[in-house]
Amino acid sequence: MRKIFFITITLGALFYASCSKHIENRTDNIPALNPVSEDLNAGEWKPVLLSKPDSFLVAAPPLTNSSAYLADLNEIKGYQQDMSSDNVGNIRYWGAGGVLRWNEIMRELVAKHNLPPYQNEDGTYPSPNSLNPFNYPQFPFSNPPFAARAFAYVSAAQYDALVACWYYKKLYNQPAPYSVDSSVNAMNEKTGLSSYPSEAGVLAGVTSEIMKMMFPTEVANIQQKLDDEELAAIQSGSATRTDVRAGEALGRQIAALFTARAKTDHAGTAGGNSDEWNSLATNTSARGETPWYSLEFPKRPPMLPLYGNVLPFLFDSLTVIQIRPGYPLSTASGEFEEQNKAAYNQIKNPTREQERIVQYWADGVGTYTPTGHWNAIAAEDFIQQNYSEVRWARNMALLNMGQMDAAIVCWNTKYFYFNPRPTQIMPDIKTLTGIPNFPSYISGHSTFSESASTILGHILPANAVKYESLSAEAAKSRFIAGIHTQMDCDSGMVAGRRVGNYTVLRAQKDGAE
Amino acid sequence: MRSITKRTCFTVLLFTVFHFITSAQTDIDAIMMGKNNLCVGPTYSHSSWNKYWEGTFKRDNQNLGTVSTNMYSIMGVYGVTNRLNVLFGLPYFETKSSAGTLHESKGIQDFSLWLKWIPVEKKVGKNSVFSVYGLGGFSTPANNYQADYLPLTLGLHSTNLSARLMLDYQHLGFFATASGTYMYRSNIKIDRTSYYTTEMHLTNEVEMPDMAEFNVRTGYRSFHWIAEVFFEQNRTLGGFDIRKNDMPFPSNRMNASIAGVHIKFVPKKIPALSFDAGSSYVIDGRNVGQAKEFNASVFYIIPFGHSKVNASHTCKLCGIR
Repeated sequence: MRKIFFITITLGALFYASCSKHIENRTDNIPALNPVSEDLNAGEWKPVLLSKPDSFLVAAPPLTNSSAYLADLNEIKGYQQDMSSDNVGNIRYWGAGGVLRWNEIMRELVAKHNLPPYQNEDGTYPSPNSLNPFNYPQFPFSNPPFAARAFAYVSAAQYDALVACWYYKKLYNQPAPYSVDSSVNAMNEKTGLSSYPSEAGVLAGVTSEIMKMMFPTEVANIQQKLDDEELAAIQSGSATRTDVRAGEALGRQIAALFTARAKTDHAGTAGGNSDEWNSLATNTSARGETPWYSLEFPKRPPMLPLYGNVLPFLFDSLTVIQIRPGYPLSTASGEFEEQNKAAYNQIKNPTREQERIVQYWADGVGTYTPTGHWNAIAAEDFIQQNYSEVRWARNMALLNMGQMDAAIVCWNTKYFYFNPRPTQIMPDIKTLTGIPNFPSYISGHSTFSESASTILGHILPANAVKYESLSAEAAKSRFIAGIHTQMDCDSGMVAGRRVGNYTVLRAQKDGAE
Repeated sequence: MRSITKRTCFTVLLFTVFHFITSAQTDIDAIMMGKNNLCVGPTYSHSSWNKYWEGTFKRDNQNLGTVSTNMYSIMGVYGVTNRLNVLFGLPYFETKSSAGTLHESKGIQDFSLWLKWIPVEKKVGKNSVFSVYGLGGFSTPANNYQADYLPLTLGLHSTNLSARLMLDYQHLGFFATASGTYMYRSNIKIDRTSYYTTEMHLTNEVEMPDMAEFNVRTGYRSFHWIAEVFFEQNRTLGGFDIRKNDMPFPSNRMNASIAGVHIKFVPKKIPALSFDAGSSYVIDGRNVGQAKEFNASVFYIIPFGHSKVNASHTCKLCGIR
């Protein structure tokens, strides 16, 4: 009887396992962060906007034998006596790394808000408005340039905040709660790192402030993530509430530097107005070239035509013009015709492998865009490296400042030349993914990808060949898809490489290598 | 009436979701093929739509225009016994949009196989018969087409297992049939490494919600003719809505209420031959195109072993069994 019972249960479990549709994310079950180096001197690394690591004062922590500290310990012990499975799951989730988790949250927000507005009755399009973000179309429309900038601000602010955090950690050298009191469990990996101010608090404070600016309809959601991360830090025995509060306050102060910059970096006016849209076409015609027009119905205004004027992180605006690729082949030339004919010949009979490449890199509507894609690639490799939080932040900041500046150079180029898409020249060119609503020359994917592969190859030289082949595939995918000529992709890679080299220059001098 | 012998292949019903046809050959009629007979033939179907639903929001899209699908299929049914039939189908699809720039798709879609069993067939009085049918279906992609190319994909690329219970009542030539189907759909893999539904998924695997289908049909069956009307409800048991101006996705909640007609004709002189034609229309839907569809088929019955063409169809009412 028991045997039958056992067999039934086993078969039932097997059936359930084989039919269960539950899917795990790639990073659901990764272990707690266990850095190979704590980067104890990261307080000396060169910040992005912060003039010096102690620009914002963090008061000394309470002594570990003070009554205030004992009260903090008692809070942790109280939590640890009665931990729910949700609490444990939350500790495990955030234990994998705050920079990683906020990066994943960021990718989700970008994908969620990456929806082009639906047209009005009269065939015009409404614009998202940051002052009235809940009105349709909700603010933002997190298209590729918007996303690149948002990732850059979050990552650069996280980096500066953690540099300051590490400075004060070393200064105060406060032991972690589990080191002070052996009855406090360490639910993540034990480290020798000072717990004051808490890096989790710093990350929660700085990231939430930037994210709320970029995604104002998500404030409640973001606040919940902040609470979750801080609770995880306290419940895991890694930090006291005082550690976390001091960190959050420091993070918020540093975020203010970045939100102030964001308000004056010219992104707010990147959408332009109808006079500016029209003059782009007029100026191009005056040069004797065929101007780009929107291939959407009804015709949609070009995506962020003045984004090329946004203030870069890695160089000045004059450099944008200097490293912008030269003139494309004239639309009147035979060579240009050849470029488009090649696109036409390619698109006639795509192979399944070519379709796969196109979809893998499509990064279109409803996705986290090319920048998010490269963040995913980088994050999954960084997980293997066991970086400290501050090194995670530094590497992500390099990648994403490079992404934003690549977007600026690329958009500057696109609207300077205002070059038509292959399908505009040859309407028989049908595409394997949607045609982006901006000029063709130079390819955004190629610029983003080569910028990313250049800095990632510098950070992880062992992977450099892999990144280079991924970048080349990303560029090729746009030609295969029928939405770019080879010229667009080649020049995009050149521009991306130039931006990437500036990122490498910064990396070599920031004190972290 | 009793002497009527109906020579009948099977009814083709096309379930038209977005523009694609998930179940190219669905045995939904209450008719069995006689033992050792193989009924086989080509089917053509055309479906098109120019309006679709994003969730409950009905719209057109000038970047798609009219989305149309042509299907060419070989279908067949074989009588293992008078009470057990095997059905199969293998369709080829072409799908394209009349406006916008998206590339067309074409290729072989999913191979499907059904077992059809009639456990109960009971005469009620002199002129009526009541039957119960049980069907089990299996379909799987016969080609590595991309599912994540809506609305121009060939299909959704899941492997499906279906269970259907069907009840039929016939009085003289008039009949009514009702059926309910549960379809288990396997998860699928897409070419992307992440996707957003109502949350971010960092995986290339997509959870496909199961589906349910209800079908009622009524009409007249005779020696040479079948004429019927039907109504069908398709429900995705889960899934999510397409947001305004977002792209559709394989695991969307695709629902459709479909009405249709179907006729069959068997010529007197060549009773092994039959012609089918039908049409259907999506009355209401969710995350699908409002498709209108028509189809035409020719079937021929090839007898094997000891069967006779006359026994291509069996039922108590006809006095064959």
